[in-house]
Amino acid sequence: MNVAVIDRQPDISSQTKLGIVDCDIHPYTKSPADLDQFLSERWRKMRASIGGRSRSPFANAPNYPRMSPFTGMRMDSYPKDGTHPGSDLGMMQEQLLDLFNVSYGLMMPLLGRGADERNVEFGAAMATAANEWEAQVWCDREPRLKAGVQIPLEYTEAAIKEIEKRAGDRRFTHVMIPPRGLEPLGRRRYWPILEACAANGFSIALHLGGTSGHPSTGGGWPSFYHEEHPSYPQSKEALVTSLVIEGVFEHIPNLRVALVEGGFAWLPSLTWRLDKHYKRLREEVPHLKRLPSEYIRSNIWVTTQPIEEPERPEDLLATCEWIGWDRIMFSTDYPHWDQDDPRYAFKAPLTEQQKRMVFRENALAFYGLE
Amino acid sequence: MSVPAPGAIDCDIHPALPGMQALVPYLDEYWRAHILMRGLERDNYTASAFPPNAPINCRPDWKPAKGSAGTDLELLRAQALDGFGTRYAICNVLHGAPAVFSEDLSAAMCRAINDWLAAEWLSKDDRLRASIVVPMHSPELAAKEIERMAADPRFVQVLVWEMGELPLGRRIHWPIYRAAERLDLPIGIHAGSSYRHPPTNLGWPSYYLEDYVSWSTGFAGVLNSLITEGVFVEFPRLKVVLMESGVTWLPGWMWRADKTWRGVRAEVPWLEKSPAAYAREHVRLTVQPFDAPPRADQLQRIIEEIGSDEMLLFSTDYPHWHFDDKDALPDGLPEHLLRKLLVDNALKTFPRLSP
Repeated sequence: MNVAVIDRQPDISSQTKLGIVDCDIHPYTKSPADLDQFLSERWRKMRASIGGRSRSPFANAPNYPRMSPFTGMRMDSYPKDGTHPGSDLGMMQEQLLDLFNVSYGLMMPLLGRGADERNVEFGAAMATAANEWEAQVWCDREPRLKAGVQIPLEYTEAAIKEIEKRAGDRRFTHVMIPPRGLEPLGRRRYWPILEACAANGFSIALHLGGTSGHPSTGGGWPSFYHEEHPSYPQSKEALVTSLVIEGVFEHIPNLRVALVEGGFAWLPSLTWRLDKHYKRLREEVPHLKRLPSEYIRSNIWVTTQPIEEPERPEDLLATCEWIGWDRIMFSTDYPHWDQDDPRYAFKAPLTEQQKRMVFRENALAFYGLE
Repeated sequence: MSVPAPGAIDCDIHPALPGMQALVPYLDEYWRAHILMRGLERDNYTASAFPPNAPINCRPDWKPAKGSAGTDLELLRAQALDGFGTRYAICNVLHGAPAVFSEDLSAAMCRAINDWLAAEWLSKDDRLRASIVVPMHSPELAAKEIERMAADPRFVQVLVWEMGELPLGRRIHWPIYRAAERLDLPIGIHAGSSYRHPPTNLGWPSYYLEDYVSWSTGFAGVLNSLITEGVFVEFPRLKVVLMESGVTWLPGWMWRADKTWRGVRAEVPWLEKSPAAYAREHVRLTVQPFDAPPRADQLQRIIEEIGSDEMLLFSTDYPHWHFDDKDALPDGLPEHLLRKLLVDNALKTFPRLSP
């Protein structure tokens, strides 16, 4: 955001020679009515009358106000016509896709209400509409952009139907699930959806978000965005814990999960803690056949943004080492205020091999892109 | 590595209430009659955050022949105090009393626990010190109980759970911190929840293992709350001690919290320095269960990343089971840290340990 950074030298070579893969881009509608063309008469009326209903106090605003207009956007990302940042393809190309030579950009649309909507039928209709919008309005005009399948998480049949409908459509690379659903994602009620993802060749992108109705901390609702923003890693920790300990990866060994927009420096410590306490409490979870760390190593990937910034920059390299360089994928989070710039994100030098893996090859393999 | 180190200060041990019956003599007349009328002395109000027979809460060779681990003074004396050469050990009673929904009943039970602890533990071994159990959801009654117990110098800390009704930094709690700061009592924040909310922001996990792992994420939320709300600006002498959730999560928390602060500080203009700087000055952590990395060089790096040799406090977490024999500290801790961790840091954190 408005942070003066004078001690960073751009690491140009990280992205000019080879096209990067950006694992977190947020396209927006110019107007909520943009989705109407993909909704039936019934749901168009619903959208215009009662509208979306989530588990939070405000109809059209997040629980925690952000620090810039349009829910925390980068200050230079506002289109001149006054529409939403991220809604103008030309601007996205200029500020992101062309500037950084992006080979592929993975879209994580934060609209459609597929997982949050309390009326699950409306949520299913909105998810379908958002998927059509992604494919037609974005992918068809800009083939470097890849779409995420939005699903109504609390409406299993419709979610599976939507996943099956998009399988084989090369515009869609991943199923997008907000981690904060009604229950931790590893719970058995979600297994049919997770099975459908794996069976249809989709990786899962767990992008932070969702309004579960549960407070952001186990001790209740915080007061400030200054607390909410750093609570995202705790969602990710709970997510990893739930998926691993419930036995999801024992049950669906080929399920591939990316944790998006949670940073990653918390992961090594969580892994050590899980292994330690598992050894003491393993009688409770006999369905696990391997150490928690082994499931994490084989089934979980992380994206970088918002990348942690240690006081000693080289400490981040050690953290990456402990996670495994083959599990880390670069992301910008364009056009959000806290987006990372590929030239500056890593403040300690990466080897050429590490750059190729993090900025490109890991994501190509994870999302099945050539 | 093996402790004893003669004179070590053990900052987290758990004498356990054998049952509500034990509190009856310590209730005043009204509450004794009330509790007996309702038959509450038959329900033990054990904290569900710590099932007493779960292996992690009950080291096999520390379990008495009869009753739950931590209920036998002689055993605790031999195992926790003599065993580790301990000069002082701070007793933290993990009981359901602070989670009782009625503020009045909760306060009555907390008072009885504190009086029971003083009479049946502290008075029987002069190495024992204790934390004051309080009804955190009633700041007024909690502050009153702190005032009452502070008259006894053997109480060296206030004990609260990390997860209660409201985030701990919320200003409604400040009367508690005001009293504690004035009376030289750190706030000891222990792992655990009164389960007013799910322990994770994804909802209710299925397994106790998940809850136990979540305690450290709860602490991240606690630090975000205490620092953001300005507790350490308002109470510059206050220290908090995070107990029973490891330490290696701290560097990652610092990096993220500082990054957020750099972008969002306009929302919290009262903060005079970064979250990590507040943490290094005001926050202390007990080391068990030590969430150690597999290799000593990794541990060395984490210790450097924490960036302060004053934050870590020795604990055994007796009778919980995190290590065998006397291996109460991981291998690879630097020499300069050991002495501070075992003794000096505790003396600086708990002014009441120095007469």
